[in-house]
Amino acid sequence: MPESKRRNERLVALFVAALLALNFPLLSLASVMKQVWGIPVLYFYLFFVWAFIILASGLTLKRTRDPSGPAPEPPAGT
Amino acid sequence: MLPHWLILSVSFGYLGLLFAVAYYGDKRADAGRSIISNPYIYTFSIAVYCTGWTFYGSVGRAAATGAGFLPIYLGPTLAALLWWLVLRKIIHLSKVFNITSIADFIASRFGKSMKIGGLVTIIAVVGIMPYISLQLKAISLSFNTLFHFHGIPQDSGFFVGEDTALYVALILAVFSILFGTRHIDVTERHEGMVAAIAFESLVKFLAFTAVGLFVTFSIYKGPANLYAEAMQVPELARLMQMDALPGGYATWFSLTFISMTAIMFLPRQFQVLVVENVNEDHVRTATWLFPLYLFAINLFVIPIAFAGVMQFAGANVDPDTLVLALPLMHGHNLLALFVFLGGLSAATGMVIVESIALSTMLSNDLLVPIMLRLKLLRTEAMGGVLLMLRRGCILGVLLLGYLYFRLIGESYALVTIGLVSFAAAAQFAPPILLGLYWKGASRTGALAGLAAGFVVWAYTLLLPSFAKSGWLPISLVDPGPFGISALGPYHLLNLTMFDPITHSVFWSMLFNVGFLVVVSLYDRPAGLDQLQAAVFVQGSRASDTGDTRLWHGTTRVADLMGLVARLIGVDRAERAFQAYAQQHRVQLNSDNVADATLLEFTERELAKTVGAASARVMMSSIIEGEALSIEGLMRIMDETSQVIEYSRQLEQKSRELEAATQELQRTNERLKELDVLKDDFVNTISHELRTPLTSIRALSEIVHDEVNMDPDERQRFLGIMVKETERLTRLVNQVLDFSKIESGAVRGIQEELDLADVTQEALAATSQLARDRDVTISSQLPSEPVRLIGDRDRLVQVIVNLLSNAIKYCDDQVGKVHLRLISDPDEVRMEVRDNGPGIRPEERERIFEKFHQLSDTVKGKPHGTGLGLAICKAIIQNHGGRIWVEDNFGGGSIFTFTLPRQAL
Repeated sequence: MPESKRRNERLVALFVAALLALNFPLLSLASVMKQVWGIPVLYFYLFFVWAFIILASGLTLKRTRDPSGPAPEPPAGT
Repeated sequence: MLPHWLILSVSFGYLGLLFAVAYYGDKRADAGRSIISNPYIYTFSIAVYCTGWTFYGSVGRAAATGAGFLPIYLGPTLAALLWWLVLRKIIHLSKVFNITSIADFIASRFGKSMKIGGLVTIIAVVGIMPYISLQLKAISLSFNTLFHFHGIPQDSGFFVGEDTALYVALILAVFSILFGTRHIDVTERHEGMVAAIAFESLVKFLAFTAVGLFVTFSIYKGPANLYAEAMQVPELARLMQMDALPGGYATWFSLTFISMTAIMFLPRQFQVLVVENVNEDHVRTATWLFPLYLFAINLFVIPIAFAGVMQFAGANVDPDTLVLALPLMHGHNLLALFVFLGGLSAATGMVIVESIALSTMLSNDLLVPIMLRLKLLRTEAMGGVLLMLRRGCILGVLLLGYLYFRLIGESYALVTIGLVSFAAAAQFAPPILLGLYWKGASRTGALAGLAAGFVVWAYTLLLPSFAKSGWLPISLVDPGPFGISALGPYHLLNLTMFDPITHSVFWSMLFNVGFLVVVSLYDRPAGLDQLQAAVFVQGSRASDTGDTRLWHGTTRVADLMGLVARLIGVDRAERAFQAYAQQHRVQLNSDNVADATLLEFTERELAKTVGAASARVMMSSIIEGEALSIEGLMRIMDETSQVIEYSRQLEQKSRELEAATQELQRTNERLKELDVLKDDFVNTISHELRTPLTSIRALSEIVHDEVNMDPDERQRFLGIMVKETERLTRLVNQVLDFSKIESGAVRGIQEELDLADVTQEALAATSQLARDRDVTISSQLPSEPVRLIGDRDRLVQVIVNLLSNAIKYCDDQVGKVHLRLISDPDEVRMEVRDNGPGIRPEERERIFEKFHQLSDTVKGKPHGTGLGLAICKAIIQNHGGRIWVEDNFGGGSIFTFTLPRQAL
C-alpha cells in the first residue's frame, strides 16, 4: 500500500524539518529584541512553528477515502 | 481570604467528583458501553503528561529563563510526529503479548527476561520518586499559598507544611488503590481511572486558561500591553532572548530530547498511551490533538510569569506559586479556588496513574518472579496475595515520594526535580527503540546498557541532590570524590560546558547506547531471545501466534485450567477456556495432554494478570520436562528459514522458466513464419523456373520438329528462348547473390565514390524500363559530389532495385516516380517516391524480409523473386545504414535509406 508508505515518509520529513526549525542555528535567528504585533519575536516564532507542525501533522494524517476500507494499516517497520 | 474549611471541603468535594466520574466510567465499561473508547478521551488522558510541574513549575521556570520551559512541550510535539510509525507498532505488540507495563514490554522484547523486567522496575521506581515528590510539593505549596496568603505578599515567604504533603500522599494512595486495583487482571483496562484522568485534564486546562485570560486581559489589557510594560523591566527584557537559558542551545536540545523520550517512556505515559489504548486508530487523532493541547495550555505561561514578576516586584514570592498568587492578590478568591483545583487535578492525575503503573511493575516484574523463584509464593494462593501486593506497592511508592520530598524537595524548584526523573526515563529509550528496529539487540546488551545508564544517572543526578541537601558531604560534588575534580558528578572528566541535566543525559546515553550496541554485537543470543527479537522487529500480524511450538510436555488440560482458575477464579477461567475451545473448534477433555497451542494460550492468560516474565516462571513450574526446548526452537527456526529459502529459489526458478518459455514461443512463431515464407518461396521459384522452362521447351520442340520452318519464325522463336534463359540466369544469380550478401562471406570492394554519380548511373539503367511503361521519373540531386566509401556496384543495385520496383508498381501513363538525394553532415539520405497503390501498414516491416512478396496487389500475380528488397536491406546494413518505407502523403509510398558519413 504505497499511499500509507508515502504518509509515513511525509511524517518523518516533517519531524526532521521541525527538529531543525526548533534548534540551533535556525532558532538563534529568532532570538532578537524585536516585536511582531507587540509580541517578542522569539516567542512568536516558537508558537508559530508549533502551530504549523500541529496543522501539518493533522492534515497529513487526515483520513483518506481509501477504497480498501477502514482496515487499520499495519504498524510501521514491517 | 478564603476560610480553611471551604478550601478543604472543596478539595474533598472535588476528589469525590473524581470518584463519581471514575465510578461511572467503570459502570459503563462493565455494561459494555465504554465511554473511553474514543480518540478525544484518549488524547485527554495522554495529557496526564501535564502535571503540577506544568501547572505551577512552568511559570516559575519562565520567570527565570524565559522560553526555557518550552522544550518540555516541544519535545512531545516532535515525538508525536513519529507516533503513527513507532507508537502503533508498540501498541500492536503490546496487545499481542498482553503487555501490562513498560517493564513488561522491555522484558518481552528481550526473551521475556526476568532480570530485565526487574531492572527496569528498579530504575522506574527510583527514577520516578523525585517526580512524585514534585507533585506532593506542588499540592502542599498550593495549599499553603491559599491558607496563608493575606492579599499582601509577606517577606517571610510561604511556609511549606510537611504534614500537608503526608496527608496528601495518603489520600492519593487510597484513591489509587480504589480505582487501580479493582481487578487483578491488569490488561483489563482501568476505564474508570482513564475517564477520571481525562476529566482532570479538562479541568486543569480550563483553570490555567482562566487565570491566563484574567492576567492578560483584565490586569494588562492585552498581550501587546503586557509585553510593552515588560520591556521596561531589564530583567524581563533579558528573558525575551535565548541567552536567558543557562546552558544555551545545548540545554535546549537535551531538554527537547529527554522530553521526547519522556512522553512515551515514562511509566504513566506508557500506561495511558499503550496499556489503556482501546483502538490503534486513536493515535491518528492524538498525533495532532495532543500537541494542540500542549500548545493551548502553554500559551499563557509567559504572560503569567511576566505579570507575576512585575506585580510582585521586590517581594519574596516563590515564582512557582505565581499562578495562584496573582488572582489572590487582586482579590479574586473564587478564581483562585478554581486555579487551585486545576493544580490539584494536574498533580493528582499524575500521582494516580504513576502509582498504578509502578505498582503493576513492582508486583509483576520484580516481586512475584522473585517470590516464585524463592518458593515464597505458592501458585495456588496467588489471587488474593497479588491484590494485597499491588495495594502495598501503591502505598510504598507514594511514601517513597514523600520521603524524597522530606529529604530533598525543599531545596529545589519544581522543574529541576522533574527533570531528574525525565533523565531516568530516557534510559528506557535505547532498549525499546533499538529493540524495535534492530534484531541484533540482545538481552545481555540491554541489561548492560540499562545498568550502565542507570548507574551514571544515579551518580550524576541523584547523588548530588542528596549532597546538596546536606545528607552527604558537599565536597563529593565540588570538587569531587577524594578531591579529584575529574570524578565530580557534575563534571565527569572535567566536562564543564554543560548544565547538570545535559551533562547527565550525555554521559548516561553514551554508556547506555554504547553498552547496548557493543555487548549485543559480541553476544550470541539464542532461543527465546532471538525469537522475540524477530517478532518485535517484524511487528507483523503474521507472527501473532508467537512461540506456539516452544512448549512441549505432558501436562493435562485440567492442570492448566486449575492454574488459571487459581489466579482469576473458577468461573472466569472456565469462560476463557470455553471461548478458546469455541474459537479453535476443539473439544477440551480435561484428561487429555494439552497441545502446544493450548499451553501458549494459558501462558498468555496468565500474562494478562501477572505479566510475561512471571507467567513464564509459573508455566515452567507446572510443565513437566524441559519447559523450553532450545533444540526444538532452533529446529523450528531452521525449518522455517529453509522453507523460506527453498520457496524463494523455486519462485526464482519458475520466473526464469517462464521467461525461457516465452522466448521459445517467440522463436517458434518466427520459425513457423519463416517456414511458410520458405514454402512460398519454393513455390514461387518453381513457378518462375517452370514458366521460362516450359516456354523454352515448347519452342525448342517446335523448332526441332518443324524442319521446314519459316526462317523468320525460327529466328523469333530462338530470340524468345534466349530471353527466357537470360531470365533464368538472372533468377539463379539473384538467389546466389543474396545468400552471399546475407552470409557476409563476400565483402564488396570498398572505394571512395560519389553517390550522386552512382544515382545517375542507376537512373540511366532504369530509363528504358520507365519509357516502356510510360512512367515519368524526376530527380533532385545536390550539385556538389556526395562522397562516401562503399561498394559502387552494390549501391547501384540498390537504387536500381528501388527505382524499378517503383516503376513496376505504378500505373502506366499516369505513374510518377521522384528520387531525392539529401546530403547532411552526418548522413546521406535517399528517398524514392511513387504514386502507386502504397503498402499496407502491416506489410511495411515484412516486405524487407527475404522470400516475402506483396501478394495482394492490384496486378494480382507477384512480380519478382521476393528477394529484391531483402538484398537491398542486406546491402544497406552492410554499409551501416538503415532502410524503411513509409506512406507517401496522397497515395503511394516512400522508400528511404540512409548511409552514415563516417564511412568516408
